[in-house]
Amino acid sequence: MSVLVVVECDKGEVKKSSLEVATYGAQLAAQLGTSATAIAVGEATEDNLAKLGEQGISKVLYDKEPRLKDFVNNAYTKLIATAAQQEDAKVIVLANSNIGAAVGSRLSIRLQASLATNVVELPRTDGGQFTVKRGAFSGKAFSDVVLTGDRKIIAVKKNSIEAHHEAGKTAEVAAFSAQLGDQDFADAPKQVVMQDPAGGILLPEAERVVSGGRGMKGPENWGLIEDLAKALGAATACSKPVSDVDWRPHHEHVGQTGITVSPNLYIACGISGAIQHLAGVNSSKVIVVINKDPEAPFFKAADYGIVGDVFEVLPKLTAAVKELN
Amino acid sequence: MKFLVCISNVPDTTTKITFTPDNKEFNKAGVQFVINPWDEYALTRAIELKEANPGSTVTVLNVGEADTEPNIRKALAIGADDAIRVNAAPTDAFFVAEQIAAVAKDGGYDVILMGKESIDYNGFQVHGMVGELLGIPTVAPAMKLDMSGNAATLEREIEGGKEIVQVNTPFVASCQQPMCEPRIPNMRGIMTARTKPLKVVAATGSAARTQVTEYALPPKKQGVKLIDAANAGELIKLLRNEAKVI
Repeated sequence: MSVLVVVECDKGEVKKSSLEVATYGAQLAAQLGTSATAIAVGEATEDNLAKLGEQGISKVLYDKEPRLKDFVNNAYTKLIATAAQQEDAKVIVLANSNIGAAVGSRLSIRLQASLATNVVELPRTDGGQFTVKRGAFSGKAFSDVVLTGDRKIIAVKKNSIEAHHEAGKTAEVAAFSAQLGDQDFADAPKQVVMQDPAGGILLPEAERVVSGGRGMKGPENWGLIEDLAKALGAATACSKPVSDVDWRPHHEHVGQTGITVSPNLYIACGISGAIQHLAGVNSSKVIVVINKDPEAPFFKAADYGIVGDVFEVLPKLTAAVKELN
Repeated sequence: MKFLVCISNVPDTTTKITFTPDNKEFNKAGVQFVINPWDEYALTRAIELKEANPGSTVTVLNVGEADTEPNIRKALAIGADDAIRVNAAPTDAFFVAEQIAAVAKDGGYDVILMGKESIDYNGFQVHGMVGELLGIPTVAPAMKLDMSGNAATLEREIEGGKEIVQVNTPFVASCQQPMCEPRIPNMRGIMTARTKPLKVVAATGSAARTQVTEYALPPKKQGVKLIDAANAGELIKLLRNEAKVI
């Protein structure tokens, strides 16, 4: 038996969330007294896959089928299922990403496995039970879940595990073929359209986020948010009312019915802090709130706060970051 | 075209989440339950496509106990034609997916829609499980859905972009914004919903594969440290030297 880790790659690089997943898988394997093997999906390079040794992966399976570059649900599911059978994997670990959720849910049926998504910690495996802690109620709570199946699939929430780096360790990259044919690629995308996120940082994977609400008064003022984000190397985000009126695209909407994020730093500018918004951000490690209303509920959920006008405060912060750097 | 829209019954988004004293169950006391907000995209888009394709029908499906019926009626008021309730508590995603797959197989539906995830369990699992159980494609999460005959074109959100995907019926899609503007019931809808058929069926005998043993609330913050707006640059120093996040 072993732990199988699904590693998503893009433009040759292993995604940050997959470095976290690899770390999780290696630590879990150590806990279970076995080894962690990875299976690569997406556009990978052998050099970068070998570097997964730094996270504690011993072997990486790599199918060079070129059509695996883009996400194809059936093909990815078959690829990972085949690898799981070959490696006799009792636990499969993947990212709680759009790809991870799409593949993990199909795999759970094919492999008759128990599936837990949105997992935030290593499992507890004492007393013969396998218990994971996962986010529930859209960030408002956590639940402990026992996985009763013989096989388990765990989707790890982004930014909940810190990627481990042990310089110089390499993993063996082993050629692998799941014998995929045309029928496995029947649901291949006709076209893939990538956005160019501000500053090149994707919100779901960002370590720092600068977010704006209705207090920004209009989309024309977003330059202030973007300037601070750029100086900090942060992604930009917004509250629901802002995306509802199309000041910002919906994929920047953070909250209960948008995306939930858990960066190291979340800076909220002109956001009052409705319960639905807090749900999306309250697992951030440090929260900063800037609002002119001292009674804004967000201050109760914040670590640092400035009561003041965002239009005056933001340029000062951006200048201070530039000075510090 | 036969549409099957799966809805779940969840606490309203403004709900302050609390648990029973032993932390084993969600405390439902005083909580308003609504149609899962993500499912509203699936429901409204199905109704729009029905209107554009005469002869189509929209069936609403819920796995739940009798207390979910007000929200099933609401879905009928918004414009679904009939409803099925599988009479069982939705214990986990696998159990729910098995019920949906059984109903779908029985009814010969062309398009099975649901929300991206439920805002209470946040599984983001049921769509893929149903697709796999039925051996049909799943597109998740879908931001756009257009139909032309039995061919569908969807936009699927991926991290940092989107894929344009084409599938033929039957298929499953899990829906999210900006697919459509969710509708609210009008008076005529509310009146006609009362007499639309709502069939209650027994659950198939499958068992859950996961079990929630305990809930917990996130740790409380220690309290906010306020920095004078006139001296805002001080915050950046604190973030570097004290919080160590920049």
